[in-house]
Amino acid sequence: MKINDLLNHTSEWLKGTGPNSDIVISSRIRLARNLNKYPFPHWASKIQLEEVLTKTSEAMAKIDMLKNSTLFRLADLDAIDKQFLVERHLMSIEHSQKTEHKALLVDDEEIIAVMINEEDHLRIQLMQSGFNLFEARDIINRLDDALAGILDYAFLDDFGYLTACPTNTGTGMRGSVMLHLPALVMSRQIERVLAAIAKLSFTTRGLYGEGTQASGNFFQISNQVSLGHGEDEIIENINGLIRQIIEQETQARQILLSKNKEVLEDRINRSLGILKSARIITSQETIELLSMVRLGNDLGMIKDIDRRTINELFIITQPAHLQKLENKKLSSDERDLKRAQLIRKKLNLL
Amino acid sequence: MLCDVCKKNPATVHLTEIIDEQMNELHLCEDCARHKSAAMEQQFGLSDLLAGMADFEKPAKDEENIAIKCPNCNLTYADFKKIGRLGCGECYNAFRKYLAPLLKRIHGSNQHVGKSPLKDKNIQKPGRKKADADDLKVGLQKAIQREDFEEAARLRDQIRAIEAKKEKEG
Repeated sequence: MKINDLLNHTSEWLKGTGPNSDIVISSRIRLARNLNKYPFPHWASKIQLEEVLTKTSEAMAKIDMLKNSTLFRLADLDAIDKQFLVERHLMSIEHSQKTEHKALLVDDEEIIAVMINEEDHLRIQLMQSGFNLFEARDIINRLDDALAGILDYAFLDDFGYLTACPTNTGTGMRGSVMLHLPALVMSRQIERVLAAIAKLSFTTRGLYGEGTQASGNFFQISNQVSLGHGEDEIIENINGLIRQIIEQETQARQILLSKNKEVLEDRINRSLGILKSARIITSQETIELLSMVRLGNDLGMIKDIDRRTINELFIITQPAHLQKLENKKLSSDERDLKRAQLIRKKLNLL
Repeated sequence: MLCDVCKKNPATVHLTEIIDEQMNELHLCEDCARHKSAAMEQQFGLSDLLAGMADFEKPAKDEENIAIKCPNCNLTYADFKKIGRLGCGECYNAFRKYLAPLLKRIHGSNQHVGKSPLKDKNIQKPGRKKADADDLKVGLQKAIQREDFEEAARLRDQIRAIEAKKEKEG
């Protein structure tokens, strides 16, 4: 697989399928793993980093589950390709910087992504569409077991899996769920919900993970604690929390529908109108308007555009995706023009 | 008095900085002070928070903990406090005394109860049939090492069956 092959492919997590996919975009689990004795990436020599890269990539090449996957050495990629992979949620922004000795393994379906030599030697990630944490856990568990059979992980009985940052020690596991919560935002209840989440030791992030702002009513919620609770318990806890948030959002949507239907309909259709006719549009505006269109689709107000098309538009209108589609570097102004063109094409054809 | 940084504008902000117990006085104009405070905010990241937590209940000067060094990777505890990252897995043993309370503060616990790497999966829940499963696991390791994946898969399934049974039995 080449990076350009991904361009014509819909990532598994964008398919808009799976349980509760009106409110839950995707479910993701990641495991942090390190090799015994080897210094963590920030503290390792170039030779050690290269050895880790070799050992881990050789181990992954032996695993059946990963036979349809490709390893990219990040130093071989140009800036647009790297940003492209970040936009597809296959790797972190951090991983796209200072790329020497770093690699990324991606499977053809874009369900599994493994970052090598990010903050830890291995960051194994599993993505599913919709509210699907348990299935994600089962798959990543099998992959982790297969890797542990070949690689010697840094592990202590009392502290668990050892990680560069003590905030990840223990299970090394972070489960995250990406939620679309427009009704809670519009009814100004979101602050209350986020405050409650924080009190329960969960964190909320924006679309692109650590340090990013929530935009377009998207919120990524994940566990903060990784030590002292088993994997299953952590997943159950997130699951329970997300279930409650889904309920709250569903209620908020019902209240909006019963009390402010005309206003809501107006906002949703105006958003669609702008997307269908704009000639110049920024990615921020695109995300905000698409969020409304997605809500319209969930509520049955917009019927002729499917969820998958809307989901895809969120990603293909991002800067690196636009540039890859055009196959050249574009300035910010050029992108705003091309973005509007692409959206018109996708929405008016349908 | 002119600003210490740009040496152009009059200094209106007076700062006292303490770095490594050295006291510095800085006299800045408003513009430079704004830059300085922005830079200070940026520098204050996760590592500072962790380092701060690491210091929480220790007396300010603890020569011993600063000097401890990980025998595997040579990271000192002082390095950890500065960068907020451990150097390697062995650091957890080397700094155990200080990390155990730190982990407890971060996670509310310092005792792992989750899974273990495949080869010693039984550590968490020792059962009556531990020996059998352990034998199979040794065999599994060997099979993997000689890349006999068919045999490995067979052993893996056996181990799973034993463990599933054990789980049921409680």
